[in-house]
Amino acid sequence: MIEAFNGALALLVLVLAIWTVVARDTFAAAVGFVAYGMLLTLVWVQLQGIDVALIEGAIGGGLTGAMLIAAASRLRPTEAAARAERPGLPTRLAAALVAACVAAALAVAVLALPDPAPTLARETADNMAATGVGNPITGVLLAFRAMDTLLEAIVVLFAMIGVWALAPDRAWGGRPGRLHRADPDGILAYLARVLPPIGIVVAVYIFWIGADLPGGKFQGASILAAMWLLAAMAGLADAPPVSRTSLRVALIAGPVVFIAIGAAGVWTAGAFLAYPDGLAKPLIKVIEWALLPSLALTLALILAGAPERPAR
Amino acid sequence: MTDAATLFGLCAAALVGLGVYALIVNPQPLRKILAFNVVGNGVFVLFGAVAHRGAALGWGGDPVPQALLITGLVVAFSASALAIAVLLRLFDETGSATVASDPPEKPDADAGKA
Repeated sequence: MIEAFNGALALLVLVLAIWTVVARDTFAAAVGFVAYGMLLTLVWVQLQGIDVALIEGAIGGGLTGAMLIAAASRLRPTEAAARAERPGLPTRLAAALVAACVAAALAVAVLALPDPAPTLARETADNMAATGVGNPITGVLLAFRAMDTLLEAIVVLFAMIGVWALAPDRAWGGRPGRLHRADPDGILAYLARVLPPIGIVVAVYIFWIGADLPGGKFQGASILAAMWLLAAMAGLADAPPVSRTSLRVALIAGPVVFIAIGAAGVWTAGAFLAYPDGLAKPLIKVIEWALLPSLALTLALILAGAPERPAR
Repeated sequence: MTDAATLFGLCAAALVGLGVYALIVNPQPLRKILAFNVVGNGVFVLFGAVAHRGAALGWGGDPVPQALLITGLVVAFSASALAIAVLLRLFDETGSATVASDPPEKPDADAGKA
């Protein structure tokens, strides 16, 4: 039974992926990509990666999809010109050959994976007690591989700075462009009033249980960002001017706390990002609480895009 | 259990292939960003299948690759967001969005903007 479900799921994912490749209209391809992202979430559940499924649903399908759809509708005037640039049959055949070779090589690699599979689960389990958290993925993210997580938070911040840097000179320091002009009495405005309270509770819950069960700050932060996006699209919320000092402090607060705790570890525990004995869990919690608002804001501002309206 | 890992591993290989094809064939830059995401999804699912094969001690998968996947997905989102922002700025500046090698025509009186 479950084999049949998995087979159908893999088939649907592939069909939707083919749709995003061959659809004539970029907008249609972007919409297909969102549905495909939601199905990938089910793939992650079947691969027993619930934490990854949450992040795929929120960021991979949700936020990336929203961004692609918004860009596709804005770039619609360029569609006709771009279609004329479609390469001829020889190029397409060569591309198909290259793609088939890549896929075949990967498929051979998948079938030749070593058995039994190497795993770090045992090492992780042996050392989980030292971190005080129950979710092994949170343990890996914030204790064993904390450096990755720190750099990830900074990469997201740098991406946002990169987006801001694309502002035209006249709009520098101003507000990002309006996301939408919605009917103030329409269904979107209604949903944007009803859904955010529910979404905020879900986001905080997913964040809160992240210490012991699947969930965590990235999942929570992306849901918070999505709730803001919903309100912004309905015209109920506006992005702040990017030159506002309080905004900038809130954006860097999370990474700064993370770096400060990491640097304190040099004196108290002998290494950067090491936690003193017995203090691991409270410190991990402090880092998570500091990162959640910063990440949510950063993701929301990435979605809002470059400043377009001059500061007044 | 191994079956799910192998099945979705092969599915991931096909996704990477599809993404590579789309990356070469589709002329629109936005479609190339989308294709880049499909390649990325394929790589992530393949990695997830490997993580699932490493299941032990009652966990459904090896937690180390699963944690790295969370990092990877967030970084892929950041990269796509930056690429889309660059593309939209290109469109605002030139009124066209193309990666063709001949330079885009000069903007005629701020084309595309009100």
